[in-house]
Amino acid sequence: MWEVIGALCPCCLLWILSFGVQASCLTILFCVLGCVLAEAGWELIRKQPITVRDGSAVMTGILLALNVPPNAAWWMALLGGFVAIIIGKQVFGGLGCNPFNPALVGRTVLLISFPVQMTTWVMPRTHEITSATPLSAVKMAVGLHGNITPEVQAQLSGVFYGGLGGQLGVLSALALIAGGCWLIYRKIITWHIPASFIGSAFVLSSIFWLVDSSKYPSPLFHMVTGGLMLGAFFMATDWVTSPLTPKGMVVFGIGCGVLTVLIRLFGGYPEGVAFSILLMNSATPIIDRLTMPRKFGAMPKKFGLVTKKG
Amino acid sequence: MQVQQVKERSKAFVNLFRQHKGMNMELKTFKGGLHPPDNKRWSEKKAIEVCPVAEGDELVIHLSQHIGAPAEACVQKGDKVLKGQVIGTPKGFVSVPIHASTSGEVIAVEPRLDTAGNKTMAVVIKADGKDEWDPNLSGADPDKLMPQELKDRILAAGIVGMGGATFPTHVKLSPPEGKKIDYLILNGVECEPYLTADDRLMQEKPEEVVEGILILKRILGVEKAVIGIEANKPTAIETMQKACEGKGIEVCPLQLKYPQGAEKQLIYAVTGREVPSGGLPMDCGCVVQNVGTAAAVNAAVRRGIPLIERIATVSGSAVAEPKNLLIKIGQPISKLVEFCGGVKGELGKIIQGGPMMGMAAVSMDVPVTRGTSGILLFSEGEVIRAPEGPCVRCGNCVRACPAFIMPTEIAFQMRRGKVDEAEKLNVMDCIECGSCTYICPAQIPLLQFFRQAKSAIRANIAKRKKV
Repeated sequence: MWEVIGALCPCCLLWILSFGVQASCLTILFCVLGCVLAEAGWELIRKQPITVRDGSAVMTGILLALNVPPNAAWWMALLGGFVAIIIGKQVFGGLGCNPFNPALVGRTVLLISFPVQMTTWVMPRTHEITSATPLSAVKMAVGLHGNITPEVQAQLSGVFYGGLGGQLGVLSALALIAGGCWLIYRKIITWHIPASFIGSAFVLSSIFWLVDSSKYPSPLFHMVTGGLMLGAFFMATDWVTSPLTPKGMVVFGIGCGVLTVLIRLFGGYPEGVAFSILLMNSATPIIDRLTMPRKFGAMPKKFGLVTKKG
Repeated sequence: MQVQQVKERSKAFVNLFRQHKGMNMELKTFKGGLHPPDNKRWSEKKAIEVCPVAEGDELVIHLSQHIGAPAEACVQKGDKVLKGQVIGTPKGFVSVPIHASTSGEVIAVEPRLDTAGNKTMAVVIKADGKDEWDPNLSGADPDKLMPQELKDRILAAGIVGMGGATFPTHVKLSPPEGKKIDYLILNGVECEPYLTADDRLMQEKPEEVVEGILILKRILGVEKAVIGIEANKPTAIETMQKACEGKGIEVCPLQLKYPQGAEKQLIYAVTGREVPSGGLPMDCGCVVQNVGTAAAVNAAVRRGIPLIERIATVSGSAVAEPKNLLIKIGQPISKLVEFCGGVKGELGKIIQGGPMMGMAAVSMDVPVTRGTSGILLFSEGEVIRAPEGPCVRCGNCVRACPAFIMPTEIAFQMRRGKVDEAEKLNVMDCIECGSCTYICPAQIPLLQFFRQAKSAIRANIAKRKKV
C-alpha cells in the first residue's frame, strides 16, 4: 500500500503546485485525516485491531483528495473520508471485503450531495474559480447547440497544457502513467486493467470522433481529461474490487473504458470514470465466475489423448 | 553493418538481463509457478560424502516408507541381519520390501516415531560396525533379462520414487494393457530450494544414471527418453549431455521455476502435453522417474543392491557446514547433522525434504527414509510467520497456480465450511505445491484449506461408494 502511495507522489506534487500549495495540501490532509480517523474509530468501537498502519486508509484518503476540487471546504473532505471508509469499506467487514472502491464511494456520495461545490474547480496556476471543466464545457455545448461550438473549441485548445478548470492536462497524465508503470514494474498491479481500460476508451471515442468530429471530442481529449488516467492506473486496479484472473481483468478494463466513454458522451454527468468503475466493481464477482481459468489437464488439445470419464 | 552491431549488442544485453532475472525465454517451461530464491550455493559445490555408521549405532527402519501398504516384518528381536537382507516383505501389489541398511542385530520390532510424529512399525537394528553384505545378493546383465525379470529385480530391491513421493517404481513401470507409453521423462529438475542431491548425483555418477535410464527404457519399450534439468545446474547439464551422447537420451534444459519438478508440470514443460485432470502421466503417454531412481534401478539390476542408502542434502541457515551426504536409511537426523558440524545458533525448525513441499520433522531423533532428499535446519528467526491478514484479492495466488485453479476463492469457501463449493472450484486438481501460500502477501495458509477440502471430499466419495 505504501508503495502505491509513493507511486501517486508525482501526481500529488503536480496537483499541489498547480492548484495552490495551501488549499490543496489542506484538502489532501483533511481527506486522509477523515479516512484514518474513521478507520481507527470504527475499529476502536468494534474492539478490533487498529489497521491504520497498513496504509490502506491513507491511500483511500489520497485517492479521494484527487477526486474533489482543491478548493472544497474542509468539512467536505472530512465527510468524504468518513463515508469512504465507513460506508465504502468497514460496513462490509473491512479490508478485503468491500465490493466497491471506497474512494469512489466517497467521491460519489459527495458529488450527489454537494453537486455545486464538487463541480466548482479552480483554474490551475491562476487559481480563478470556474465551474467549467473541459468535460462539462463539451457536455453543455453539445446539449445547448448540438455540437461543440467554436468558442468551446477555442477553449479546448488549451486543454493539453492544462488551461481549463480542474484540468492539468498532459502533464498530469504523464505523472500518472509514470506512477502506474512503476506499479507494473514492481508487480503490484498488472498491465491488464490499465491497458484494456485506456485502450477500449481510446478505440470507442475514436469511432465516435471519426463519425462526427463536430459533436464528439477527439480521443486524445478523452485521454487527458477527467480522471481517466487516475482511474485506469490507480482506482480500477484496486485489488479488492477488481477480478482475480487476467482474463477477467481485461473484461473489467474494457467494461470500464466503454462505460466511461458512453457516460461522457450520452450520460447525464460530464464525467463517467467513477461511475463506470463502480458499475464494473459490482460485476466483479460474476466476471470472476465466468472467467475461471481452465484447470490443468481439463482439455488436452494435442494428441487427442483424452481419457473417458465414467 | 552498424545496424547489425546494434542489434547484436541489444540482444546480448537482453540475454544478460534475462539471465540475471533467472528467466531464459528460449528454454522450455510450464505456465504459472514462481521463482523462490534457490539457496543452492551453500551445498552445490560440495562432493557427496559418506555419512558413516559406527558400531553400536541404532538404525530405525520404518516398514512404511512408501506409498501403499506397509511391509510386514519378517525378522524378530534377537535376529542377526546382514546388509541388504530383507527385513520386511511387501503386502499387495502397491508395496515394496524393506531391507537392512547395515549388518547387526535386531533389537526391537515395535512402533517408533516417524517424521510426522506418528508411531509406526519399525525394525530397530544395532549396527555391528562390520557393514557385512548379504552374500545372496547378486547382479545380472540387464541386456539378457526380460522386462518382467527386470521389474522383479526392481521390486525385490524395494525401489521407490526417490524425488520424495516414494511411489513404488515397479508399479509405475507396469502400465495397464493398451496404454501406449512413448515418453520416458527423467526428473533432474530439483526445483526445491536448497536441495542439491540430484545435482551432485548427475555430476558425480552420470554413467549410473544413464545406465539406469537404458534399463527403464527397455522395460517400458519406449524410444524417447528425456532428462529435464533446470538451467541453474549448468555442470550437471553438461555432464549429462556428455554421458548421454549416442545413447538415444536427450537432455532438456529448463527455465528456472518452481514447481517444475512436479510430475504434471515437468511433462508439460518437456512435451507440451497435459495430463488429463484426474488422470495419471500414462494417460498422456508419459512415465516420469527421478534421476536418483534411475541410478538406484541400475544398482539394483546390475549389482543386486537394494535401496538401503541414498543421497541427501543437509543444509539451511542452522547447519554449521552444509553438505551432500550418502546416508543409510534409518540413520537418525541428529547423526547427519552431527556429521555436518552440528547445529549453528538457535534451531527453529527441521524440515525433511525441500522447504516448499517437505515435512516438518518433530525431532532430531526421527530416522531418515527412502524419500529423504534433504534435511533442512532453519534458525529461529527465519521461521517466524507474520500474522495472517485478510485477503485483499491481489490475485498473486491465481497467477502462480500451476494447476490453474483459484486458491483464494477455494479458501473463501472452505472458511465457510462449503466443501461442495470447493469441489466445484476444482480443489481436487491442486498438486499441493504450496506456490500460493508462498506468494500470498497476507500469509494466508491456503494449502492447509486445500488439504482439508481434499480429505473431506475423498471421505465423501468413500461414503457414497459404501451406500
